[in-house]
Amino acid sequence: MPDKKSQSRAYRPQIENTTTREKTNSSEMKLKDFYLPEDAEENYASRIADPGVYPYTRGIHKDMYKGKLWTMRMFSGFGTPEDTNGRLKLLLSHGETGLSVAFDMPTLYGLDANSERAHGEVGKCGVNVSSLKDMEIIFKGIPLDQVSTSMTINAPANILTAMYAAVGEKGGTPKRNLAGTVQADILKEYIAQKEWLYPPEAHMRIIRDMMVYCTNHMPKWNYISISGYHIREAGASAVQELAFTLADGFEYVKMGIANGLNVDSFAPRLSFFFNSSINFFEEVAKFRAARRIWAREMKETYGAKNDRSMKLRFHSQTSGYSLTWQQPLNNIVRTTVEGMAAVLGGTQSLHTNSYDEAWALPSEKAVEVALRTQQILAYETGIPDVIDPLGGSYYIENLTDRMEEEAYKYFKTINGMGGVVNAIKNGYLQREIAATAYAYQRKVESGEMKIVGVNAFTKENEQPINVLKIDLKAEKIQRKRLQEIKLKRNDNAVQKSLERLREVYSGDENSMERIIEAVKSYATLEEITNIGREVFGGWKEPTII
Amino acid sequence: MEGTNDYMKRKIRILVAKPALDGHDRGVLVLAKAFRDAGMEVLYAGLLPTPETVARIAVDEDVDVVALSLHNSAHLSAFPEVKRWLKRLGASDIQVVGGGIIPPSDKKKLEKLGITGNFGPGTPLELVIEHVRKVAKKKWKSDQ
Repeated sequence: MPDKKSQSRAYRPQIENTTTREKTNSSEMKLKDFYLPEDAEENYASRIADPGVYPYTRGIHKDMYKGKLWTMRMFSGFGTPEDTNGRLKLLLSHGETGLSVAFDMPTLYGLDANSERAHGEVGKCGVNVSSLKDMEIIFKGIPLDQVSTSMTINAPANILTAMYAAVGEKGGTPKRNLAGTVQADILKEYIAQKEWLYPPEAHMRIIRDMMVYCTNHMPKWNYISISGYHIREAGASAVQELAFTLADGFEYVKMGIANGLNVDSFAPRLSFFFNSSINFFEEVAKFRAARRIWAREMKETYGAKNDRSMKLRFHSQTSGYSLTWQQPLNNIVRTTVEGMAAVLGGTQSLHTNSYDEAWALPSEKAVEVALRTQQILAYETGIPDVIDPLGGSYYIENLTDRMEEEAYKYFKTINGMGGVVNAIKNGYLQREIAATAYAYQRKVESGEMKIVGVNAFTKENEQPINVLKIDLKAEKIQRKRLQEIKLKRNDNAVQKSLERLREVYSGDENSMERIIEAVKSYATLEEITNIGREVFGGWKEPTII
Repeated sequence: MEGTNDYMKRKIRILVAKPALDGHDRGVLVLAKAFRDAGMEVLYAGLLPTPETVARIAVDEDVDVVALSLHNSAHLSAFPEVKRWLKRLGASDIQVVGGGIIPPSDKKKLEKLGITGNFGPGTPLELVIEHVRKVAKKKWKSDQ
């Protein structure tokens, strides 16, 4: 905690004389005092169009929320597989059919519970999965043919997909009928969240394997969720989030086409995950621009014929970074405004953050308020009653156009470097984000950007409202279980399956069947990722600062 | 020049690091830039270094200050571990400064172990820089 007195002293001089600042948004666009008819997009039919009509600027469905409200998807996960199984069953008994599972840091980094680096982290920010056994427990007694499961997993997404397929098979649900999503978007890991195992080319090849395999064998499995959320949280502006995320999306589309898939066979499975941050109109314009760009590029550049390939579907989450630990109840208001922007931007599903999350994982009380916020937006405000109610606003249409223009400038730069992977390897994308994050921080320091409770309207001596408790129970249980599995399994079968995986990883054949075989033999998560580490090596990011 | 200690005419050398399974690097990158703009020589330990690696880089590069940041609540184990490794490598004089989401009770524990600062979110960069300058001077005095 900073010393509050010296903090307010450091900020005070700047706060008082900043009333005449020039108005800009997070994307550094200069804003006029007001907008006129000539500022707005004039070409309604081809550039805006009715909801459900190409290029879907106003929304991908004709009836939008009148047909079906957005899905209120609250992401959670914790502790041992047993804990998570209990939570999932509880949600199912409340009528939920869409499950969402968060994993702990060791799982995200492909490490087992007994790895030295996992100490203190097991089961903390999500559930721990070290082997198929854990997945069997998480989904025990849950009818996988009747639910859809979203798993927030990236670098080891192929392994978790394989485990889910194996659990399904054991319970009598064939792969073909399994519905769900893995995040799996590795490009945004290199750009922002920084949770990778291997070099970019190796991970892209693994995604290719999932893409081809799922398109052919798991048609209800969304093998990727192209994510801008983390890019934004890492410091990007709205335009950068828009441009980098869509550029990532096009990279995956190109890969599918280059590997012989018909664009319409896989593109309808692609979906997006965006941030909804605090600059209200900018966010709404961002979502509208995203739909227009995606539709146009899918149709004109990538030759999509199926409307579903052109419709950008997205999940959104309010901004964690916008939350402050100072005066935390104010975060409810921030989240409300951000949630409104997502709804007015036409989101398909929404996670609202809890007001105490700047402190620690959210308390149950705070999670409830966050869910209630969505319910109030949905049922009390009348906001969902009319589709794209901001459409036609001189300002919103102007901003939508400018977001699009600025995004194309980034596409040009990225293409000039030979694509996203190169722009990651030369550090360009990471540096762009770091520069924006630093400029933002400078504005906060100078008082040009005001954050209530942080550099304006501060209070002295605030006390913590929520503290993360360190609990080693999950770690003990998981380590013990892992030891037992290693004693019980057929080591010979494990070694054989791992060697076969090494062979396909060393060549170019699709690796998914081999991964499924390995998880079924109870090879552990880390044993499997280690084969990748040995074949592909690790990756050190270029110098960013 | 800013950051140069007038009295010693020496540039502060500072290593910034996140010594745990935590890839959220927005904060450290902002800090690294701010330290550099304040005239310091900044080294970045990259992602996911172990506490031992951080300490070894600090010693090899002969830094004055190690600035650690974590957002995953591993500070109580990871920060003291860096400090222990510095001691083991005979470099107890290298100052360790912490930051992240650190509850007041943890802050006290860390300070007892000689890890100072322990700044929370929203701390003005200026305060962090001021603190680093102060502890760097302390280290230089002990060098003499």
